[in-house]
Parts: sequence; structure tokens; C-alpha cells
Amino acid sequence: MLSSGQANPSGKADYLGLGLLILGLALPWILYPVLATNIIVWALFAVGFNLLLGYTGLLSFGHAMFFGGASYITGIVILHAHLPTPLALLVGVAFSVVLAYIVGVLSIRTQGIYFAMITLAIAQVVYFAVTVFIGWTGGENGLQGVPRGTFFGIPLENDRMMYYAWLLIAIIVVAFVKRVIHSPFGQVLKAIRENEQRARSLGYNVDHYKLMAFILSAAVSGLAGGMLVVHQHFTVMDSVDWRTSGEVVMMTLLGGMGTVYGPVIGAAFYLLLSDRLAVLVNAPGVVIGSIFVLTILLFRRGIVGEIIGRLDARRARGSQEA
Amino acid sequence: MLESLGGQIFNGLVSGAFYAMLSLGLAIIFGLLRIVNFAHGTMYMLGAFVAYIGAQSLGLNFWVALVASPIVVAIVGIVLERTLLSRLYKLDVLYNLLLTFGITLFIEDAMRLKFGMQGSPYVIPNQLEGVLNLGFMIYPTYRVFVIVASLVVCIATWLLIEKTSLGATLRAATENPGLVRAFGINVPALITGVFGFGCALAAFAGVLAAPVNNVAPLMGDDIIIPTFAVVVIGGMGSILGSIVTGFLVGVVVALGAFFYPPISGTLIYILMAFVLLVKPTGLFGTLEGSR
Repeated sequence: MLSSGQANPSGKADYLGLGLLILGLALPWILYPVLATNIIVWALFAVGFNLLLGYTGLLSFGHAMFFGGASYITGIVILHAHLPTPLALLVGVAFSVVLAYIVGVLSIRTQGIYFAMITLAIAQVVYFAVTVFIGWTGGENGLQGVPRGTFFGIPLENDRMMYYAWLLIAIIVVAFVKRVIHSPFGQVLKAIRENEQRARSLGYNVDHYKLMAFILSAAVSGLAGGMLVVHQHFTVMDSVDWRTSGEVVMMTLLGGMGTVYGPVIGAAFYLLLSDRLAVLVNAPGVVIGSIFVLTILLFRRGIVGEIIGRLDARRARGSQEA
Repeated sequence: MLESLGGQIFNGLVSGAFYAMLSLGLAIIFGLLRIVNFAHGTMYMLGAFVAYIGAQSLGLNFWVALVASPIVVAIVGIVLERTLLSRLYKLDVLYNLLLTFGITLFIEDAMRLKFGMQGSPYVIPNQLEGVLNLGFMIYPTYRVFVIVASLVVCIATWLLIEKTSLGATLRAATENPGLVRAFGINVPALITGVFGFGCALAAFAGVLAAPVNNVAPLMGDDIIIPTFAVVVIGGMGSILGSIVTGFLVGVVVALGAFFYPPISGTLIYILMAFVLLVKPTGLFGTLEGSR
């Protein structure tokens, strides 16, 4: 299965997490707040995705169906049912959970390439649904004019307020995901990633664990999708496109899959890079495609994976000398 | 009613012809390399573009393109395999799926920059213009040609793999590459050749598609994901299975669209979901392919 750098062993001081927290608090004063919020949303999506790829070893190539699908559902319930923003986000999450259950039942017994192709194909059904229900989704024009509303009293129309509200959600979710990863449940997932047959023979219901991981991953991705539509005031078909499914793989890989903070850093790095390069060249695919190919060929462990790998190597040398 | 139903079945055979050629190429590549070539749709698009560029700048006709384009694209495939894909064979197969995904993004966007989004028409060769009276119905000659050409190429490929000694070597290498290598056969060269051949099949389909639709940079996108669904329905690992499933799915989807038009875009995926529930390994697949 996909091997990668080790997660931070618990018990050790979480310097990386602390550093990211400080950076997160300062971010909307360094970058323009809209970009900063984008980073939060995509980072959360990548964290959700990593739960599946990095910790369970399943490559979904259709996660845009949860991210984009929930962004439409959240936007629609805000626009048409006038639900308050926090409740609308929960509806988006619920949608993702139900969809993930259905997709999971169909696909979870398959592995590797099969799983990737099936998730990709089913995600295409969600894409078609968006094109068919034009009355609800706006079709090519996208779902427009979604008001941000308030979040437990915080007025979200202010860009920086919006950022901090979303940062708060992200911190809570990342802490939760970290807790899950280090829990006995997370250990079983890692066992499945490393050797599914062995996990099965130890008596674990592997399919059940994989389905749970899939649903959890979809729920986080759906939350991120809902946060996207509220933040942007709109969502477009790009959010359910297969390229979006590919982009989140890219972010996770770039930051370091199977590490807690890798996806966060990967998403930030990726968005900053495309933000800068979009000004220079009008060829996003060429740029992203190149980064993709180079990362896979030369830099598979990703940024955080690479750092942890080097630290571990140094520590190993140090303990040998001592 | 009957006339239009017959027409719809033939439309299904035409799209099935493309599914069959593409899923056959994917199946052959998967058989030996164990990778899913995400860039297969891109090779199909490049095939159409080579024909188009050949016609524009060199005045090459359709028949020359039908031979030349697959050769050019095979060379592109071989270069990609040698320089990029071959570096990842020792790793998890998923890395190569991601690599070919990156290659797809790159090539598609580069082609978009050069030729624009809209694409350009490619004229039907004049020998194949007009319509053909099939006795029970009238159908465009070119589309009949597409079905026949696809069948010929697919069956020839199948015979090549099942009935020749080269095919026997290939099947042996699929079963046990180490052992075949011990017999003194250059397996890496075989792998490169197979990848090139698979790309050539996609390019051949691309040339055939050029007069049917516009030659456009994103034309590969429209076909690669349905083709993946075809592969899942047919099951990995069967050469004949991928051909039969390709045509079968084309016809079933066309009939579904005939009786209930809104379903046309999604029927192929519903079919896939159904097959997964009933027979998770696919219609012709072996357990080994899916696991």
C-alpha cells in the first residue's frame, strides 16, 4: 500500500501544529482575506481526503462529489429554505454522509485502481445531476447570490470575520481528525493500509472500518464544500468536476499524505502557487500538470513527509552515536 | 418507430466502437503494466489532432492519417513510458495513475493554448460521404465504416494476442514477468511496446472520431470516464471481454436514451453500479483483476 512518513507520535510537543496556528491567526493580515479563506476551505477538504488516502490507503478519485455536491446542497438550502448558515452547513454534511454510504456500499470491497475508477465514475453522476437539475443548480452559470448570513452571532459579510469563523471550524475539525488518527480506530485504519489481509485475519471487519473512514472523510469534505459556497457567495460546476477530485489528491500529496498537517500545508502551498502563477501564465493545466508530475517523480513524501523523514534520519544517527 | 429504433441501435454501435477500441487499449496496458492509463483519452485526442494537423499543413488525407497518426502517438506514448512511467514501476500502482493524470492536465492545456477551446471540423473523406442503404434502413456511410473499422482492429488485436507466438510471450509475461525474463526475453522492451501499442489504438480511435465530432483539446475528457465505467462493467483482465462490453454498453446506453432521453448521460454509470452489486468483478473479470 501507499507508504509515507510517520505521523507525529503523540505525547511529543506539537511544534508544527503550534506554528500553523500562529500562521493561521496572522494569515488574513499577510494575504488578502479571500485567498486566506480559500486556503482554509481547501485545507479542510484535503484533511478530510487524507483521512482516506493517507491513513486507510484508499485512493478516491471522486471526492469532488462530496465537496462540490455539498457546496450545491448547502447553497440551495440557504437560498430556498433560508436556513441559518450553521444549519445549512450541517445539511451539506448530512448529504455527504448519505452519499458516501451509498457509494461506499458499492465500492468499498474493491481496491486500488478499481476503487479509484469507480469513485471517479460515480462522481460523474453527481456532475450530470448538476447539469440536469438546472432549475436548482443554475447549470453552466452556477448557483449564484448565496448570502453568507451569520455564524453564531458573527457577521460573515466582513471578510476577516468570515476568515476567523472558518479558521475556528477548521481548528476544531483538524483537532478532531488528529484525535481520530491516534485513536484505536485510527490504528486499525493504519493496519489496513499497511496490510489488509493481516488486519482481516486479526479479526477486524475491514470493510466496515474502510466504510467508516470513507464516510468520515466525505463528511469533512462536505463541510469544506459548504464552507466554500458560503465564503464565495456562489458555487460553479468546477466544484464537482473530476479535476477538483484530482486537485485534492495533488494538495495532499504535495503536503505529505499520511501526516496530520501535510494536507494543510499542501493546500496552502498549492493555492499560493496557482494564485501567483495565474498572473504570470494563462495556462493553469500546464502549471498544475507539471507540479503534479514533478511531485510524484521527485517528491513523493511531500513537504511534511520529507521534513519528518529527515528528522527521523537525524535522530536515528544521533541515537547510534550516543 | 422501428426505423428510428434501428438507427438508435446503430448509433449505439458507433459509440460502442469507440468504447471497445479504448477499453481494449486500457486492458492490454493494464494486463502487462498493471497501471490504468489516465492519459488514454489524451492519446485519443492527440490522434485526432495529428490527423487534423497533417491535413492542414501537409495535406495528408484521412487514409494516410489512419496509419500515420497511431504511429506518431505510439512514439509519444513510448517516450512518456521510457522517461516517466518506467520510473514508478516498483511503487504502488496508484502513483502511475496520478502521474498519467498530471500528464493529461499538461497536454490538454498545452493543446488548448495552441488550438483554442472550440476545436475545428475535420471533413469526412469523399469515398465515405453520403448514406448507405442497408436494406432495412439507411445509415450514413462514414458511421458504418467506423463500426467495421473498429471491429476489424479489435478482432485483429485479439487474434494477435491469442493466436501468435508474440501474443503467447505477452500473455506469459502478464502471468509471470520474472520467469519470462529468465527465458531471455526482454520484458522491459515488451512493456514499452505494449504501452505504445495501446496508445496507437487510442489514436486510431481518435482519427476515426475526428470527422464525427470537432477535433477539440477536451474531446478525450468526454470519453475517458465512460470508458473507465466500461472497463469496470467488463472487468479487468479480459481482452475479448473489453471488446464485447464496449459494443454492448454502447448499444444499451443508446437504447436507454431512446426510451427515456434524460437518462442518457448517467445510464452507463447506473449500469456500472448494477454490475458492481451483482458481480463485483465485472462481467468478464477475474478476481485477481479487481483485487
